[in-house]
Amino acid sequence: MTTSTAATTTVLKSLNGAMHAMMEADERVLLIGEDLLDPYGGAFKVARGLSERFPERVLTTPISEAGFVGVAAGMAMRGMRPIVEIMFGDFLMLAADQLLNHISKYRWMYNDQVHVPLVIRAPMGARRGYGPTHSQSVEKHILGMPGLHVVAPSVLHDAGALLRAAVLDDLSPVVFVENKLMYARRQMSAEGGRIGDLFARATSERYPTTTVSWEPFDRADVTLVAYGGMVELALEAAETLFFEDELVVEVVAPSSLQPLDLAPILDSLKRSGKLVVCEEGTAGAGFGAEVISRVSAEGFSLLKSAPKRVAARDYPIANTRSLEDMILPQVADLVRSCRSG
Amino acid sequence: MSQPVERGDIANPRARFERDGRPLRTKLFEQMMLIRRFEERLLELFGEGELFGTTHCYIGQEADAVGVINHLQDGDIIFSNHRCHGHFLVYGDRPELLMAELMGRVTGVVGGRGGSQHICFENFYTNGIQGGFMPTVTGMALAEKMKGSGNIAVAFIGDGTLGQGVLYEALNMASLWSVPLLVVVENNRWAQSTPVERELAGDMVARGRAFGIDAGEIDSTDAEELFGHFGDIIAKVRNEQRPHFEVIHTYRLCHHSKSDDMRPEEEIERFRKDEPLIGARAWLDEDEARAIEARIEARVEAAVRWSREQPFPTPRHLDERVARPAPMAFEASASDAGEGA
Repeated sequence: MTTSTAATTTVLKSLNGAMHAMMEADERVLLIGEDLLDPYGGAFKVARGLSERFPERVLTTPISEAGFVGVAAGMAMRGMRPIVEIMFGDFLMLAADQLLNHISKYRWMYNDQVHVPLVIRAPMGARRGYGPTHSQSVEKHILGMPGLHVVAPSVLHDAGALLRAAVLDDLSPVVFVENKLMYARRQMSAEGGRIGDLFARATSERYPTTTVSWEPFDRADVTLVAYGGMVELALEAAETLFFEDELVVEVVAPSSLQPLDLAPILDSLKRSGKLVVCEEGTAGAGFGAEVISRVSAEGFSLLKSAPKRVAARDYPIANTRSLEDMILPQVADLVRSCRSG
Repeated sequence: MSQPVERGDIANPRARFERDGRPLRTKLFEQMMLIRRFEERLLELFGEGELFGTTHCYIGQEADAVGVINHLQDGDIIFSNHRCHGHFLVYGDRPELLMAELMGRVTGVVGGRGGSQHICFENFYTNGIQGGFMPTVTGMALAEKMKGSGNIAVAFIGDGTLGQGVLYEALNMASLWSVPLLVVVENNRWAQSTPVERELAGDMVARGRAFGIDAGEIDSTDAEELFGHFGDIIAKVRNEQRPHFEVIHTYRLCHHSKSDDMRPEEEIERFRKDEPLIGARAWLDEDEARAIEARIEARVEAAVRWSREQPFPTPRHLDERVARPAPMAFEASASDAGEGA
């Protein structure tokens, strides 16, 4: 996997290729989680081919999320670079104590004598009919833990490159949020300031924020902030609004939810003055609440209208398609929020 | 403190113990006496309002720490719990660092960030969540095995922790992956204010055996007996690179934390007859015992005096770590006095 193919490959191939390349090049890298062994290769096949090539460094585990997340933390503290695969992101909460009282605290409470360079990959999201405990986007529950980084690739990022950065360059523990529907999508990366017909720019951070627009960043009507799987819906809504309403919507897609780089959001708001934040999880105490709070504090004068958030309704996620659609945020919800004053 | 810390045997209790040429019983008594007097002094300081928060004393269990930890060598790992003073003092032999930590000073073991429940000193760690660190220490031992270092890990837990589910996730994986981990269960018969018969069903030792782990038990407060017992066990864990689960039946003579003791006085009195210090003192002639007691008294007082002079953390210490102070000059002379006597 090289960066030249990053723009044409699927998210799944990008992640799988990054793990193959890292394990090939670096003996410290290992993968630990449930049902990882070939030919199965993990529930979403992101681990495919790894156990055959690196049998000593792919540890398939018992059904013990707290246990193997903690084991990986211990290995990270002794010089390894473990990647944990959580089968469904919902199960991350089984390891909530490990995140809250152990992994995120070790470095600081031990007076900077240790690091926990651990990456926990967690497939999140719905729209596949998996029902209330296999469809959630639970990342908002782990935002706000000091010491923990939360990274979420979207189709506007090179997912494999983000994973490499998290595993090899980031000494903090990282929860790496992967949207399940996104695995089959093709990555779009910016070249020469363009993604296809769109105008695009990306920050140069370790985990970049990508912003796209239908105009060359000279004017905008709405700043639509989205991450992970919602980025695709945001792009669809922005396209509809451009052609049907002649509204210019800038889609701002951060790949790091924590820490969150507010600069690209504020930069877009200088042009638009109107903020809409979306997320696939429920709204309460969530990502949108954090973005709107920080924008209000750090860029209040940029806002020309009340900020809006689009999120799931306050129900568990239903199994049947009709109810699932009613509960989850849809493209039409984004279009409506962007249109309204 | 300007002189650099000598690495030497800082993380090698076995080498320090072997270099001290005095008889085994003399050395064991002196180490236990340090733990006992350190904690008695700690409780006095609490009473006088010099310490902040809470503390969990080890009084009555000193023979466990000296019986196990004197067999551990450079690179071996200890993960201990809220009741860690005894373990730390045998491992690190730096009472002034622990005293400063308990007094909240910036030159404490972790700069005042952790208190004694959350410390890290070389390869010695503690955390205050019962059983929560068991996956971490299992992962540490697994990493050492994968690296082929020959190092082992020791986890200290209590009878109360046998109620935590994540312990069993860790034991399962330790057995599956043949991890060089010794789990020492110090059954002091009380989980805070709850007697063991009201918190534990079934058999303690069987809980290790259920996972196919070698397991045993010893009912003793005799430091020499425990030292011999664990010498064999630790050699086996190291040589055979697989886990072991060992229960020590002991007794906590002091309260759980500050002033929360509701236990029947007659029970405490019954166990006081078998407490480890009385038996060990009787091994020595009176003059030798008194000389040791005087030296320990001076060491503990020096630790208190030094700690009182240390500064409290300031805002810059939120992000900045203070280098570990060299051993006090007094400490060096105290250990010289022990050598080759």
